[in-house]
Amino acid sequence: MSFPWAEHYEPKHALTKWIDSRLPLPRLVYNAVGAGYPVPRNLNYFWNFGVLAGVALTIQIITGIVLAMHYVAGTDQAFNSVEGIMRDVNQGWMLRYAHMNGASFFFIVVYIHIFRGLFYGSYKAPREMVWLLGVVIFLLMMATGFMGYVLPWGQMSFWGAQVITGFFSAIPVIGDPLHTWLLGGFAPDQATLNRFFSLHYLLPFVIAGVIVLHIWALHIPGSNNPTGVEVKGPQDTVPFHPYYTAKDGFGLGVFLILFAIMTFFYPNAMGHPDNYIPANPLSTPAHIVPEWYFLPFYAILKSFTVNWLWVPAKLWGVVAMFGAIALLFFLPWLDKSPIRSANYRPMYKIAFWILVVDVVILGYVGQAEPKEPNVRIGQFAAMYYFAHFLIIVPIINMFEVPKPLPNSITESVLHGEAAEAAPYGVGAGAAH
Amino acid sequence: MIVRFFAFLVGLGFVSALFVGFVMPRDKQEESAAEYVHEHMTLKPVHYSFSGPFGRYDRRQLQRGFQVYQEVCSACHSMKLVAFRDLEEIGFTKPEVKAIAKQWKVEVPSINDKTGEVSSRKALPSDYFPSPFPNETAARAANNNALPPDMSLLAKAREGGPAYIYHLVTGYATQPAGLLAKFPDAKTPDSLYYNPVFANLNIAMPPPLVADGQVTYADGTKATVDQMAQDISAYLMWAAEPKLENRHRAGTAIVIYLLIATALAFGAYRNIWRDMKH
Repeated sequence: MSFPWAEHYEPKHALTKWIDSRLPLPRLVYNAVGAGYPVPRNLNYFWNFGVLAGVALTIQIITGIVLAMHYVAGTDQAFNSVEGIMRDVNQGWMLRYAHMNGASFFFIVVYIHIFRGLFYGSYKAPREMVWLLGVVIFLLMMATGFMGYVLPWGQMSFWGAQVITGFFSAIPVIGDPLHTWLLGGFAPDQATLNRFFSLHYLLPFVIAGVIVLHIWALHIPGSNNPTGVEVKGPQDTVPFHPYYTAKDGFGLGVFLILFAIMTFFYPNAMGHPDNYIPANPLSTPAHIVPEWYFLPFYAILKSFTVNWLWVPAKLWGVVAMFGAIALLFFLPWLDKSPIRSANYRPMYKIAFWILVVDVVILGYVGQAEPKEPNVRIGQFAAMYYFAHFLIIVPIINMFEVPKPLPNSITESVLHGEAAEAAPYGVGAGAAH
Repeated sequence: MIVRFFAFLVGLGFVSALFVGFVMPRDKQEESAAEYVHEHMTLKPVHYSFSGPFGRYDRRQLQRGFQVYQEVCSACHSMKLVAFRDLEEIGFTKPEVKAIAKQWKVEVPSINDKTGEVSSRKALPSDYFPSPFPNETAARAANNNALPPDMSLLAKAREGGPAYIYHLVTGYATQPAGLLAKFPDAKTPDSLYYNPVFANLNIAMPPPLVADGQVTYADGTKATVDQMAQDISAYLMWAAEPKLENRHRAGTAIVIYLLIATALAFGAYRNIWRDMKH
């Protein structure tokens, strides 16, 4: 894997030699996240977020396993068992608040990780597989987060489950039977809660498995970098350990400080008060909203208000909501610009930042009440979301004049060289 | 090429569906009386000893609040998740807790251990607060078909938290004539009470705190309506979040530890990269 100048694992002690010849696990780790993995020397702090996502998943799995020892997946006991964890289990409040806020932080970190990839063109050849696996992880995370939110069986758990599983009934012909089959009944009930608990326990380990593939696929071409220029030689890279383990250690510290502040001082800030009311199938909350990390997609769903081209509005909304994520699978083939980093793509850079603002606006509209001007703002923002990925990105490179790329990572790092100013195509292209 | 062509068509489909929705004329939306009132209402902030990252409960306040719950609220509102033993945390001694449990107005449902017939017994410190009504139907029957919510988590289950509860119990008013002139349909029905803090302005709960001195505080504090409202809302926050102090203490220690660890990690990072331009 990776580059020929990568450092080689050489066990020195008799014991490590013995192990290496029988199960070369230390060698695997050394090559994956040790000195044996050469990484571009110019990565900025946005490259910390992959490791942070891994840490967030680990926190979720550890807290989650202990919570599962005290949780009861029964419609009449789930709510009280969670309160039992909060009140009577030793440090149970800490576990539960860490798990609750950990989910939010996992999504914060992953959203930054995804936008990092969009800005620096990390989805482009030869890293398409890394990107595809990442989108799979994102989908699995959404399923896991949704089902986890249902487990405390509060009002928003129940009604969120009701609304989100209801999407499946919009599918023509098979919608209703599919909906009933997925829930194990006509509405969320004991059968639903039990299977959600089972899957909520399973999926994080599936995510962990896909992460292994994600990292494996990453290690074939090696990490992208802020210039988007491929690694040319040993002078462009540093060994992952100790250079990036040290940098990730610092990033991890900052992440944990923010995580601790939210968990210990504002534990319910990212939750909804209604989820402290036990689920009541006979009383619909005034305003059903999903967890904050679904809000942009929820806004897209709500934005389709008219039947159009013989398709009912509800089906448009559901297709668009799933489509908004599914289109990410096609992104490597939609963006044909050979330049990766938006730093060298003036027009794409503008479109990218509009997209960031657009998604924030969609998030706002997702939780806002469905009245004017919120609905029109949401419709306009949703239009841009689809136009960005499906219309603008595929054609923008036809009009764009890229800035000159640096000849190499090293040259861009050692600023001021004449070669850095070499025109596009002469510098980077000619060196191949 | 073919991918981009299809993407263009799909994109055009979504954008056109949204655009048609965007230009569709809207039905005129009438502002409701509740929206109007909430828009023009400013609530003064309430200060609690437990707010902020270093906040602690004021145990004397919690005891007063418990007294308000015991003498006023518990007539209709259950508190199923709090046990008598938990009262030790707010400063009652073991014998006091035992006495409070024994003297509780409602007994704990039980069975006669000789005949097996349905019966009841005096509460023990290990019991959770017995509910005033045996079930929801009985609660509704006694309350004009309204259900008094369980109070265990009330302070976390409402937007605004304990301050909302304070404003709600002090917010009762006669319906302003100006509001009725503007929204003739918004007249409060006879069985309900006008309360501008409540979501739909009309609440089934009669004003719970009506006069100064309604409760005679054991610690001699003057029981004004405002004082009682502050105390009960603080007590309800404790009932909803009994581990708040542990949380604040642990959080402070952990954040200090992490700040030191992160400073060291930053030093290590700078040290390792010192000769590497990047």
